[in-house]
Amino acid sequence: MNDIMIRKRKWQFTIFLIIMIAATYASSIITDFNALHGITTFPAALYWIFSNMLISQETLTRLPSILDKLLETIFMSIAATTTAAVISMFLGLMGSTTTRVNRAFSSLARFTASISRNIPVVAWALILLLSFGQNSLTGYLALFVGSIGFLTRVFIETIDEASQSSVEALRATGATYFQIVNKAVIPQCLPLLISWILFMIETNIRSATLVGILTGTGIGYTFDLYYKSMNYNVVALVTFSIVITVIIIELLSNYIRKVIL
Amino acid sequence: MSLLKVVGLDKSYHSNFRVLTDINFEVDTGEFVSIIGPSGAGKSTLLRCINRMVEVNEGKILFGDLDVGNLSKKALRKLRTNIGMIFQHYNLVPRLTVIENVLHGRFGYKTTLQGILGKFTEKEKEHAFFLLEKLGISDHAYKRCDQLSGGQQQRVGIARALIQEPKLVLCDEPIASLDPNSSKVIMDHLKAITSELNITCLVNLHQVDVAINYSDRIIGLNQGEIVFDGPSQMLTEGRINSIYGTETRQFITV
Amino acid sequence: MEVANIRRKRDGRITIKAGSKAEALMVSTLMILAVLTMIGFLLFDYSGLELKKAISETGNNLKTMFLEPALTHFSWGEAIYQVGITVGLAFLATVLGAVISIFLALFAATNLSNEWVSKVIRIFVAVIRAVPTVLWVLIFAIAAGLGSEAAIIGMLFHSIAYLVKAYSEVFEEVDEGTLEALRATGSNWWHIVMHGVIPSTLTYLMSWTFLRFEINFSVAVAMGAAAGAGGIGFELFMASGFYFDLREVGMITYAILVVAIILEIISTRLKNRYFPSQ
Repeated sequence: MNDIMIRKRKWQFTIFLIIMIAATYASSIITDFNALHGITTFPAALYWIFSNMLISQETLTRLPSILDKLLETIFMSIAATTTAAVISMFLGLMGSTTTRVNRAFSSLARFTASISRNIPVVAWALILLLSFGQNSLTGYLALFVGSIGFLTRVFIETIDEASQSSVEALRATGATYFQIVNKAVIPQCLPLLISWILFMIETNIRSATLVGILTGTGIGYTFDLYYKSMNYNVVALVTFSIVITVIIIELLSNYIRKVIL
Repeated sequence: MSLLKVVGLDKSYHSNFRVLTDINFEVDTGEFVSIIGPSGAGKSTLLRCINRMVEVNEGKILFGDLDVGNLSKKALRKLRTNIGMIFQHYNLVPRLTVIENVLHGRFGYKTTLQGILGKFTEKEKEHAFFLLEKLGISDHAYKRCDQLSGGQQQRVGIARALIQEPKLVLCDEPIASLDPNSSKVIMDHLKAITSELNITCLVNLHQVDVAINYSDRIIGLNQGEIVFDGPSQMLTEGRINSIYGTETRQFITV
Repeated sequence: MEVANIRRKRDGRITIKAGSKAEALMVSTLMILAVLTMIGFLLFDYSGLELKKAISETGNNLKTMFLEPALTHFSWGEAIYQVGITVGLAFLATVLGAVISIFLALFAATNLSNEWVSKVIRIFVAVIRAVPTVLWVLIFAIAAGLGSEAAIIGMLFHSIAYLVKAYSEVFEEVDEGTLEALRATGSNWWHIVMHGVIPSTLTYLMSWTFLRFEINFSVAVAMGAAAGAGGIGFELFMASGFYFDLREVGMITYAILVVAIILEIISTRLKNRYFPSQ
């Protein structure tokens, strides 16, 4: 009996493995990916990076303008995240099974979140670029819409999990909806909500680079500019400054998480 | 006149599955009544019908002269302020302090805005401390609830129900998650305080011996129907068997 | 009656808050974020923006896109082929990433590896994660010559960073008793890994891998649009940036949406099944 189970498992695993290999092979053909080429050029590529992407003395003169754009990007990410968090809090309360007002609003909130999450940020960026043009607001809005989708989903999960029992208790005391939300749901969920907001800011700073390349705003634009003019020393400096920023923000939010959770 | 009167109560969650069938009973002011029965008998649902945490399908529940099923939203809120509730898992907000959790019991008396701003009068706060003192946990007042033991948390739950100044307290398996020592403390407190303040108490229990020890009267529930209703001393071995079914009997007493 | 233990404010009123550090930090975090947001809005560069016009235009654009979608510059077959390329990119980056990550994660898991190796891998992964994917792809595009290799290598970096973290946490959950029992039988490290650790965690590893596949799909769309990696993302970029063809943008967006929602439904099912608490 046990023997048959094990043999069946083995068969399943073998079939799974064959399917994965076939899918990998099919993917390499359709994408024109040559694994051997990839592996052989990898060391050469690393060598190229280390010999060409050096921060030279001369590039440092560009630092002020780079920092300026970097700051714009950071502000853009934070503003997009916090404003999205406010909307998502509302959608999250509507969407959660513990705090929803009625079924229809709940489905509507979940549907809105799903659409804004599953249309990639790049698509939003390109759509908004058409009418908003090349300015900070375009980048902000693209990040904003994407953040609403993600934050609403995690807020719904957080509210569902953290507060079911205390909501029931407060309902039984005769508390009103807003009293319950303010005094039971929010106090209980706040640390997790803040943690997700911080996570979203980290993610948005990375996405802001991408959005910036497409919409010509912030640090992404700076990167694109020097990249296209093949000034790789400055490209290195831009990359380095992004890395430092992301790491600092990650350390900061890790510290906050450690204290509040 | 009785405080609570349940007439012909039916409840089903799905159309084909009935949780409660034709429940009839009356409870007088000051009575301490236990509801016993195997799990899944409908005890929790019955309690939640009384303060309309779940909607009733058929029948009537009268609280004083109020028809619970026919109340407006506002009137329902007012009704709930008169009925305290105590839960198996305490249902506190774990990150808030003990005293904040106790004061949550006053929300029913406040406007939405007062509640949101957390405006409590000094009298209410003093009352909260008085209750905590009575329950022997006033030295934990400024601790977060998740730092307390189960028994202490349940005492916070009791204080939250009492600060509502209720006429009736519904207790849903108040000691099911507690060890025997804490269980005794909780039941003693419940019994003492409710009789002192002349509060009616309706307790769901699955420990038959506890029910017999503490209550004036016992209601036995099996598969959504009342199979016993009478004074505790009338609950004989044979009747217990009829509530639980003979084969499960041995699991109940231990 | 006066009760002991009551704390009062200076004006004699009773306090009900505990006043912890966590609470203070939460409030100040939110305040700082609010202030930074306001500063951000003041600092933004609004050049060339006519808000009213832009909003009504976006509304019209969205209407055209989503209500009258059509393909004009390429056929249905081509569209499916391009979606296939994007899925393929995501798949390769995920599978290759998974294979590499398993090994790295074994050395990153504190219960299977020594402290120093684990630390070095974790720091390495953190630095990799700090560089946005699009920069990896663009840098490798010039370093390795343009092509799908650059895109996949670039996407690999973040897949590895994500999966190493996820896998190593899964490995660390393995019951210490199981490991001890295997050690007691005299098995060597590889035996323990192959017969104890991997089989007992396989379902979790596969779920995490699929979750990454879902992420990689949208990353692949982005790389097509921003780094010329091909696939449906590139078509999206061409339709909006070159042809200004809103209907085609709408059609492409729908195509992406359909795939993304299918992936999301599968991953939600996996999550509910294997990580009910998360």
